[in-house]
Amino acid sequence: MSRPLRKLLDKAGMAVCVLLLVSPALLFFLWMLSLSLKFEIDNGAYPPILIPERFAWKNYTTIFEGNSFLLYFWNSLIVTGAATLFALLVGVPAGYGIARMQAHKSAVVIMIARMTPGLSFLIPLFLLFQWLGLLGTLWPQIIIHLVVTVPIVIWIMIGYFETTPMELEEAAMVDGATRWQIFAKVALPIAKPGIVVAFILSVIFSWNNFVFGIVLASRETRTLPVAVYNMLSFEQVSWGPLAAAALVVTLPVLILTVAAQRQIVAGLTAGAVKGG
Amino acid sequence: MSILTSSGRVAGAASVGRTKRLRPSYWPFVVPALIVVVGVIVFPWVFTLWMSAMEWRIGEEQRFVGLQNYVRLATDVRFLEAMAHTLVYTALSVVAPLVLGTAAALAFNTKLPARGLLRGIFVMPMMATPVAIALVWTMMFHPQLGVLNYLLSQIGIGPLQWVYHPSTVILSLVLVETWQWTPLVMLIVLGGLASLPTEPYESAQIDGATAWQRFRYLTLPMIKPFLMVAVIIRSIDALKSFDILYTITQGGPGTASETINLYLYSVAFTYYDVGYGSAIAVVFFVLIILLSLVLLHLRQRSAWNSGDGK
Repeated sequence: MSRPLRKLLDKAGMAVCVLLLVSPALLFFLWMLSLSLKFEIDNGAYPPILIPERFAWKNYTTIFEGNSFLLYFWNSLIVTGAATLFALLVGVPAGYGIARMQAHKSAVVIMIARMTPGLSFLIPLFLLFQWLGLLGTLWPQIIIHLVVTVPIVIWIMIGYFETTPMELEEAAMVDGATRWQIFAKVALPIAKPGIVVAFILSVIFSWNNFVFGIVLASRETRTLPVAVYNMLSFEQVSWGPLAAAALVVTLPVLILTVAAQRQIVAGLTAGAVKGG
Repeated sequence: MSILTSSGRVAGAASVGRTKRLRPSYWPFVVPALIVVVGVIVFPWVFTLWMSAMEWRIGEEQRFVGLQNYVRLATDVRFLEAMAHTLVYTALSVVAPLVLGTAAALAFNTKLPARGLLRGIFVMPMMATPVAIALVWTMMFHPQLGVLNYLLSQIGIGPLQWVYHPSTVILSLVLVETWQWTPLVMLIVLGGLASLPTEPYESAQIDGATAWQRFRYLTLPMIKPFLMVAVIIRSIDALKSFDILYTITQGGPGTASETINLYLYSVAFTYYDVGYGSAIAVVFFVLIILLSLVLLHLRQRSAWNSGDGK
């Protein structure tokens, strides 16, 4: 076999390989989309139908009509937004401090936190929230989501500040700038890409969190994952609206994943982070 | 972080000289986060430990019972079964993604067209909302109407009962877990592959080594630290797995797929026996701490390798 031909075959083989590897994800989400756009009769058909003759757009309108879905969307937005912003507020300076002090031992706490099952935080905090009379508001969920978001932010920011060049900070120090000035004017602007990574991952893992919500959320304070789960358990199970709801919940995350895949990959390989 | 970037963390190695000059008084930066961490992370740990020594049901009088909850655990058949399920589930959920993830990383490490987009799609399962994908898997597992049995029937297999039968339920859940987390292993190993030197491959090429030999005797030994990290992270995540299991089976049928985490949930939030639940949490915790010690050991070793000795 001639060399160019062999090279071409190698390449084609690799491409087939990767297509094979990508197809489980691709086919799954296509099927999810298909389920969400079919009427019950098509979803119950055998053999299964991938592309129906008539699209059931009403599956999407149904979920927004009957289920206070907008309220749950809003709850998710508040919980994830507040928990992420607060985590950035305390976590970015902390990451900076830990990196500059070279206090690598302190990162152990963060690492163990990331390894602790979310449920073991829930029992004591549930009792605490009950005692404080906070159950029924969004506060318990905002606070407990910090268990997910704060370690992610600190973890990523330590790594990022360890890699940012020190020369500018040293120069500023020689010029008599205070530590806070150096942090705000020199270190922070350089660390923007790191903050973006921390923000994205924090948002995704907080948005996806389910276990805190099933224990802490009441009827009015459900976040989206809990709301979708409740559709499965308490209502007559019809696949179309259920799949539509599932897709709506995870769509923001999927879009973010494909759009910001470079940052996400960088963040994940930095710490192999996963929340709660 | 530097757990994974043993050779990637060049700047870390360059930081040796700066240590002394900029060390003092960065505490004010850390204090706010410290307060949060103590409040929502350290306090729950300590409180859980204390509760595990109590007989404590929500709404009832609590009293100190010492180690009685732990003694009860040792003879609790449902707990021991949950432990066995957890170990089987974890072992399978480590091995399958490890093999597939490594293969995927090898494929992604070549010059592919639209590599970024493909990687983005590949990573989607692990980023998607677990509850949402679990619902779709539940529909796909349906013995009569599910698409999986239809696909299997096309190649003459089945129909299987998937998550609806005790003998197949754990394997089916491992399938979901593998589908979801193979991308993470892929990313970790891909990071390892990117850091490999090219010289050994050039000499191997000259010596006429086959592709398999190059993988077996060059690549595999060199990416071993990354594989170890993947194994540990995967073990911890599989042990902790909750959303998928809870949404798809809730530990059923019966208790055939009940893991420690699901049992912990039932005890604490279905029976409201938070004292006993805390004891389960502590045992679970110890299991994971042991694993994290191994991880720390690895982290240190990889830091030494990169020459900055921290």
